[in-house]
Amino acid sequence: MARITAGIATSHVPAIGAAFDQGRTQDEYWKPVFDAYEWVKAFEAAEQPDVVILCYNDHASAMMLDVVPTFALGMAEEFEVADEGWGRRPVPVVLGDPVLAAHLAEQLVIDEFDLTLMNEMEVDHGLTVPLSLMFGKVEEWPVRVIPLAVNVTQFPTPSAERCWQLGAAIGDAVRSYPAGLNVQIWGTGGMSHQLQGERAGLINPAFDNAFLDKLSAGTDELRRITRLDFLREAGTEGIELIMWLIMRGALGDEVEELYRFYHVPASNTAVGHIVLRPLG
Amino acid sequence: MRTRLYSLEELNDIPGTTVFNAIRSRQAYHLHKFCMSLMQEDNRQAFRADERAYLDKFRMSEEQKQAVLERDFTRLIDLGGNIYFLVKLSNTDGWSTQKAVSSMTTMTPDEYAAMMRAGGRSPEGQRSIRGKK
Repeated sequence: MARITAGIATSHVPAIGAAFDQGRTQDEYWKPVFDAYEWVKAFEAAEQPDVVILCYNDHASAMMLDVVPTFALGMAEEFEVADEGWGRRPVPVVLGDPVLAAHLAEQLVIDEFDLTLMNEMEVDHGLTVPLSLMFGKVEEWPVRVIPLAVNVTQFPTPSAERCWQLGAAIGDAVRSYPAGLNVQIWGTGGMSHQLQGERAGLINPAFDNAFLDKLSAGTDELRRITRLDFLREAGTEGIELIMWLIMRGALGDEVEELYRFYHVPASNTAVGHIVLRPLG
Repeated sequence: MRTRLYSLEELNDIPGTTVFNAIRSRQAYHLHKFCMSLMQEDNRQAFRADERAYLDKFRMSEEQKQAVLERDFTRLIDLGGNIYFLVKLSNTDGWSTQKAVSSMTTMTPDEYAAMMRAGGRSPEGQRSIRGKK
């Protein structure tokens, strides 16, 4: 039987990817960020997950123009890295797990989550920056990845509660998978940031830190945050935090917080990172 | 009538903020098609070689084309654009995302970068036009 053994959340700022790719991780500006991910790199080396279900958002790279899926699951054997306007990131191709993905697709639709299934798509910094942060510079990624792309761009995005419920259904689907896989689920994006308008640059540390606290003790409150609250408090792009709730919903009622990091700024964004272990 | 937690008009009550929705997505469809075309190096070169001629291949409004030529991101957002598409343009120009984003504020790129280093823009006074809180 497959098990979800950890939930990890992290911001996925493109400038972090650029600093990583250009070898600027020890610059004064970036050092505090990259140093903070040494803990999780050691954790991942010890945990050796087989598969990561990676909740991220596509930044108008593979979707959002002709099709705007609310939830899209990556079904392919591999996912190429997108060229977002400055060439592809020099990172390995992302390998999928079509058999587990098909199981998830089947179970989740039966459980009334009408997903879009992607048989072909490229993945952008939303997915590859978290992989770089967890695994560093590698020849090939040490895990298979099932991408779960969430619409956080076009209003209305799915609600916090809907994301939580999807996560809970993912947890059930993984536990009903016969192979004994070590599965992690990651939520990416956030924390507070706004990338448009005169209000650009918004950062709300009080909101962000309360969000981090409530992932362990106060999840009912997180599930009630409205889209309007996210926009007002965390900025137009801060609503990416709903993807953390898919991760958290998959872990069940009780979790232990193993690690946490919060830092302002990375480019326009507040960086948040947390590692949770499901209990029971 | 179904109940709603708040009126959708409240989305217009956040200062300095435009919420990207389905009608804006449609309004900007051809603008965004142009932006996504810049994900290919051949197209980036063609655009750089003759911006106007390249833009004329797309069914964008004249206003949208002018705003692209002027790199007027505030105007592009007004005309339906969304930042995740628009950064394909600023990436093509070799701009950082921070530079593109800062161009929509009342600050210079250096002033904006200094604000971010100092902790970013406080939400105080930035939550509601009506409530000014």
